[in-house]
Amino acid sequence: MQSDLFPDSDAPQPDDSSRRSFMKQAGGILGLALAPPLVAQAERLTAYSKTIEGATEVTLRVNGQARTLRIEPRVTLLDALREYLDLTGTKKGCDHGQCGACTVHVDGRRINSCLTLAVMQQGKEITTIEGLAQGEQLHPMQEAFIKHDGFQCGYCTPGQIMSGVACVKEGHAGTDAQAREWMSGNLCRCGAYANILAAVREVAQRG
Amino acid sequence: MNTETEPAFFETNAAPGVVGQPLSRVDGRAKVTGQAKYSAEYNHLPGLAHAVFKTSDVAKGRITGFDASAAQRVPGVLAILTHQNLPQPAVSPNTPEGKKTIGMGVQMGFLPLTSDQIHYAAQPVAMVVADTLEHAQHAAALLRVQVAPEAPTASYQDAKAQRFDPSKGKGAGEGRGNAAAAFASAPIQLSGTYTHALNHHNPMEPGATTAHWEAPDRLLVYDTAQGMAWMQKSLSKMLGLPADQVRVITKYLGGGFGCKGSTWPHTILTVLAAKAVGRPVKLALTRPQMFTGMGHREDQEQTLRLGATKDGKLLALLHEKTSTTSPWDDYAETNAKIIGMLYQCPAFEAKLQLARANVMTSTYMRAPGEAPGSFALESAMDDLAYRVGVDPIQIRLLNHADKDPSTGKPWSSKSLKQCYQRGAELFGWSQRNAQNGQTRDGKLLVGWGMATASYPVHSGQGNARVRLYADGHAVAQAAATDLGTGTYTVMTQVAADALGLTPDKVRFELGDTVLPTTIISGGSMAAGTVSSSVYLAAQDAWQKLIKVAVMDAKSPLFRAKPADVEVVQGRLQLKATPGKGEDFAALMKRAGLDDVEGMATGRYGAGYESAQAALNAKSDDAGKDDAGQHSMHSFGAHFCEVKVDPELGTVRVTKWVSVIAGGRILNPKTARSQIMGGAIMGIGAALMEQTVRDQNLARYTNASLADYHIPVNADVPDMTVEFIDEHDPYINAMGVKGIGEVSIVGTAAAVGNAIFHATGRRLRSLPITPDKVLDALRQPA
Ligand code: FES
Ligand code: FES
Repeated sequence: MQSDLFPDSDAPQPDDSSRRSFMKQAGGILGLALAPPLVAQAERLTAYSKTIEGATEVTLRVNGQARTLRIEPRVTLLDALREYLDLTGTKKGCDHGQCGACTVHVDGRRINSCLTLAVMQQGKEITTIEGLAQGEQLHPMQEAFIKHDGFQCGYCTPGQIMSGVACVKEGHAGTDAQAREWMSGNLCRCGAYANILAAVREVAQRG
Repeated sequence: MNTETEPAFFETNAAPGVVGQPLSRVDGRAKVTGQAKYSAEYNHLPGLAHAVFKTSDVAKGRITGFDASAAQRVPGVLAILTHQNLPQPAVSPNTPEGKKTIGMGVQMGFLPLTSDQIHYAAQPVAMVVADTLEHAQHAAALLRVQVAPEAPTASYQDAKAQRFDPSKGKGAGEGRGNAAAAFASAPIQLSGTYTHALNHHNPMEPGATTAHWEAPDRLLVYDTAQGMAWMQKSLSKMLGLPADQVRVITKYLGGGFGCKGSTWPHTILTVLAAKAVGRPVKLALTRPQMFTGMGHREDQEQTLRLGATKDGKLLALLHEKTSTTSPWDDYAETNAKIIGMLYQCPAFEAKLQLARANVMTSTYMRAPGEAPGSFALESAMDDLAYRVGVDPIQIRLLNHADKDPSTGKPWSSKSLKQCYQRGAELFGWSQRNAQNGQTRDGKLLVGWGMATASYPVHSGQGNARVRLYADGHAVAQAAATDLGTGTYTVMTQVAADALGLTPDKVRFELGDTVLPTTIISGGSMAAGTVSSSVYLAAQDAWQKLIKVAVMDAKSPLFRAKPADVEVVQGRLQLKATPGKGEDFAALMKRAGLDDVEGMATGRYGAGYESAQAALNAKSDDAGKDDAGQHSMHSFGAHFCEVKVDPELGTVRVTKWVSVIAGGRILNPKTARSQIMGGAIMGIGAALMEQTVRDQNLARYTNASLADYHIPVNADVPDMTVEFIDEHDPYINAMGVKGIGEVSIVGTAAAVGNAIFHATGRRLRSLPITPDKVLDALRQPA
């Protein structure tokens, strides 16, 4: 395996708000004893929620807009987008962090939105596939996917595109081998991989 | 144009148009912006409720009771539905008569929630409907199901499985000649047993149903359906409603590969749940439920015996297959068909044995039969090549079938030799080391393999409508689906050419049963059937306008004979004096016609050929049946390079070439993608895909995308795809054979053959995982 497949320590990394940090935060919400830095974090989170049980008001910044919704704390970011905000461009392929169909950007990093709770993403900048184009002007990655036929059924496509944009930004699309590796968290059962690679590499090379 | 037969695209479209051009997908923008709406995404329905399944932990047993006390207390719960309180369907598939009434749309002769019986693991035993998904999931988790479990049967490998021959009582099996005797006296005798793991389609979009009763007797369903008409019919039969009272919509379909071809239990159960709660209900299968909700490719074992002359000419093929089926059905992929037709061989015999186990019914998955059948045959042909000492392509040319050996009929067209030749050129096959186990890249063992692909042109028909507006726009329609196959795009191209318009002026609409009925997107039939019906519907519109022109005193074509008028690029003109004529827009404007509609039935395969023969018949042909003069197939060749790590047993596919002859290619861009997709699925079956059923509990141990491995981007090498240009006048008005399935046929064998070339070891058990490679490398070559 090539060395460029491994992350530089200070390069932006894919960040999927690991289950471990979620557990800590959930514990905070339930009021269990926690080490001081985590209490601070939990307080920061609970400050956004008026109650800790049942549906509560949550404000998310999605595609540059503040959206307020009433949801339970257990609602994932993915379900909040799809079921409560009718932003169905983000897809559910597995609900378990195994397929990448639900990839969105949070503060510019790609995450699997099925692996995080909506309440945890308050105060952050969430970008979904619906927010990538500038009005009628498609993002270069969207253009490249159309040009290279980077999809067939289109179901993995929003996730692939969000991942592709981040992959280029992370500097992980420098070679074909590197881009293949760093795009491998996004499954495509239609097998559009070679075309996805062509699209990601073209955008990477355009700079 | 011969007016006695239907027009053919070859005749009316001599000038190049957009058909055959690499147009980008017309639905591309909707898909890259997230605007494409899939079946679980119709959130606008008022009062939309969410349903989830509670499934069985055991594979066999009886439900003795439910404890819903905790589940009921979850806020927002609307109903907890079980076999005790769910409204039952008017007709269920649980009896052979019921299944027959429901028709082709239902694959499984058992509907859960109709009795207390549990027949397979993860069978739905209850449904919870609630106002939110979270409430439904929570309540389902709290619902207690009491079960009296019994010992299940896991598969054909289970000694207690009941075995039977499904062809018994259904007439003779397949075959010709005396294969056993021919094999016994053959100078070369090869025998191998091939196993194919249980595979799941796993489209990225899980199956989903959104059911909305618009009136007590009128249903609207947004569903993940490959076959609109099949689903409409099966739902209407099960509900006891006329078909017109059931509307199915599938505007976008996130892959299917066969598993979305049938109406599976979740669809009808969601419809019944919506009836029970009096609100629209949505149910999306979870990924684990996708392993027990929409069928699979069955686990199977094939033994192939091959007899040949000393120079490698086939004398006999004997094929036996054993596979697992459900407690009720006798479905099995028909592997024997390709084994009997692919090569010239005088004697052939096939036997099939099924074993009943506690599994749901398997179903068609991309090239059902041809994909696993070709693994056995194409591995054996590779063995034969080594045994005789000739090149793998040479052995196939030596046994090339000039006619279909299974029927004796000539091929409608066959460009297989060109596929071999072009594939070999693109791959650089002439550089191949004839010895196996000789090529190295550092410590890696390098191997090259190839295999033949073929898939039949089935027989189908369907309708389409074309509406041409006087302003030069047009809409074409058929209740087809686009599961990534490019239907939206290629039908836009066909309609544009047939109407003499640019594709940006044409919209193709699909995915709704209110549109003209057409065939399922399956069996590689949709492109051929729908394209010819769209094309013919445009011709029908022209014929209507020609009639208007010849009756219009102001038209230059006034009083011309309609048969003397042709339409070229939207201009109606005399065939003899093309200068005499006018543009359709001028004619329509004068006649006060805002639009004109054409409607037609397109036929595909043997149905097309016999319809043409009937239309051309002379009067003394009455009563004569000369249907099906030709055997119709697409063909192709796949070439593969692998690198095998002898220490780890890992296999990487490092180079791939596919050359396909599939009749007219409507769009080389989308077609190339489809071929690559099929090949990648084949690489998956060859190297990694297997659903493992615990042989004691009959439960799947790896029902997730983390544990059921499908190829990822890093598994896929550079791929080269080319098409051989074919003009086949016998298959349909467009000359389209269809390519969705030929893409996968032979691919697993190409990989296995490359591994044999790399290592000198023949691996006959799919998937070829590192443990199997290491085991083989420990054995002498
Ligand atoms: S849906 Fe989130 S990774 Fe699959
Ligand atoms: S385009 Fe269908 S799953 Fe990727």
